[in-house]
Amino acid sequence: MPQESIITDYGFVGFFFLLGIFFVGAALTVSWLLRPRDPNPIKNSTYECGEIVKGNSRIQFNVSYYLVALLFVIFDIEALFLIPWAVTFRELGIVSYMEMMGFILILLVGLVYAWKKGVFQWR
Amino acid sequence: MFTFLNLIFMVMAGVMVLGFIAVSAMFLIWWERKVSAHIQNRYGPMRVGWHGALQSVADVIKLLLKEDIRPTKADAWVWWLAPFFAVVPSVMAFVVIPFSKELIPRDLNIGVLYIMAITSVCVIGIFMAGWGSNNKYSLLGGMRAAAQIISYELPLILSMITVVMVANSLSMQKIVEAQSRCWFIFHPNLALAGLIYIIAATAEVNRTPFDIPEAESELVAGFHTEYSGMKFAMFFLGEYTNVFIVSAIATTLFLGGWKGPLLPPIAWFLIKTYGIITFLMWVRWTFPRLRVDQLMGFAWKFLTPVSFLNLAIVGLLLLK
Repeated sequence: MPQESIITDYGFVGFFFLLGIFFVGAALTVSWLLRPRDPNPIKNSTYECGEIVKGNSRIQFNVSYYLVALLFVIFDIEALFLIPWAVTFRELGIVSYMEMMGFILILLVGLVYAWKKGVFQWR
Repeated sequence: MFTFLNLIFMVMAGVMVLGFIAVSAMFLIWWERKVSAHIQNRYGPMRVGWHGALQSVADVIKLLLKEDIRPTKADAWVWWLAPFFAVVPSVMAFVVIPFSKELIPRDLNIGVLYIMAITSVCVIGIFMAGWGSNNKYSLLGGMRAAAQIISYELPLILSMITVVMVANSLSMQKIVEAQSRCWFIFHPNLALAGLIYIIAATAEVNRTPFDIPEAESELVAGFHTEYSGMKFAMFFLGEYTNVFIVSAIATTLFLGGWKGPLLPPIAWFLIKTYGIITFLMWVRWTFPRLRVDQLMGFAWKFLTPVSFLNLAIVGLLLLK
C-alpha cells in the first residue's frame, strides 16, 4: 500500500519535528525556571570586547559572499536534478548519461567564467 | 494505515533518540576535551568522576543555572528562534539513521535526499544567530558560516550521489545491504568519493581546519558571541549532534553501516561512527586554521570540479 506507507513515513518526520521543538522548548523552560535574573544596561549592551559600542552592526560586507551564494543556488539545483537521474541512469543507458554530462558541462563553463572573472578572489 | 503499533514504535523511537542525542553530545564533549588534552600532552578534565567522566554533567547543570543575557539591540524574534533552528534539524535527521537492521525510526525510500535536505537547514539557524545578535563579530561569523557551509555542500552532495549511483537506491538500509560484499570505501569507484565526503563533512560541521565561522582569535566566538546559558548550550548540542550525524552518514554510506562479524550490529555501528568522530578530532587538534579565501578557493576551484569529474568517471564505469 504505497499511499498509506507515505502517510506513515511523513508521520514520523512530522513527529520528530515536534519532538525537536519540544526538546529545545523544555530545555529553555527548565533553565527559565531555575536561572537568576539580574539585567542592567551595561550587561545587556552589544559585546565589543568591553569597549563602548561604536556604530551599527548592520555593516557592509564583502560582495564575494553574495556571488558565492548565487553560484551555490545554480549548482544546488543541478545537484537536485542529478538525484533522480542517479537512481535510474542504469536503465536509461548511455543516452541519458551523455545528456546529463552535457548539462553538467554547460554549468561548469559558467563556473570557469566566474573563476576567470575573479569571483573567488577575496579582496 | 497509521496503526497503533506504528504509534507506539514512533514514540519509543523518539524518546530513545532524544536520550541518545543528550548522552552522545555529553560524551563527545568530554571525549573531545580528553583527546585534545592528550594530543597537547596534558591531562584535560580530571576532577569530576573517573578521569573527569562526569565533567559534562556538571557543565550541563552549570549552564542550566546561568543567567540568560539578552542584548537590548538584538533582533528579538530572530535571536530567540535561532537555537531552535540549530537543534530541530539535527533531531529530524535521526529519522533515517540506521543503527541496525531494526533500529531505525523509519527507513524512508528517499533517505539520502531527506538527510541532505534536512541537515542543510542548520545553516539558517547559524545565520539567524549571526544576524539577529546585531553584533559585528556575530554578523561576520554568520556570513562566513553561510558561505562556507553552502560552498562545501556541493562536494558533499555530489559524493553522496556517487554512492547512490553505485547502490542504485536512496534508502539508507538498501545502501547498507549493497555493501554486504565490500565496503564502499574499498570499492575502486568510490574511494575518492569517500575522501571528498570526509573533507566536505569536516567543513560542514565547522571544525578545524575549516572553523573560520568561530575563529576565536579574530571573532571572539563567531555567530554565538551574544548567547549565554541554555541558548548557548543548544548551539553546542546542535554542533556535536551534527558531528555525530555526518559521521553516521559516513559509516552508512562508506563503511558498511551496521554490518560486521561477531559483535551485534549496533555495536559495529557505534564503533565505526565514534571511530570517524575520533579521526575528526585528531584532524582538528593537528591542523592549523585556513584563511577565508583559501577555504573558498579550495571548495570551488578544486573540490567541486574534482567531484564532478569523479561522478562522470563512476557513471561511465557503471554503464560498461
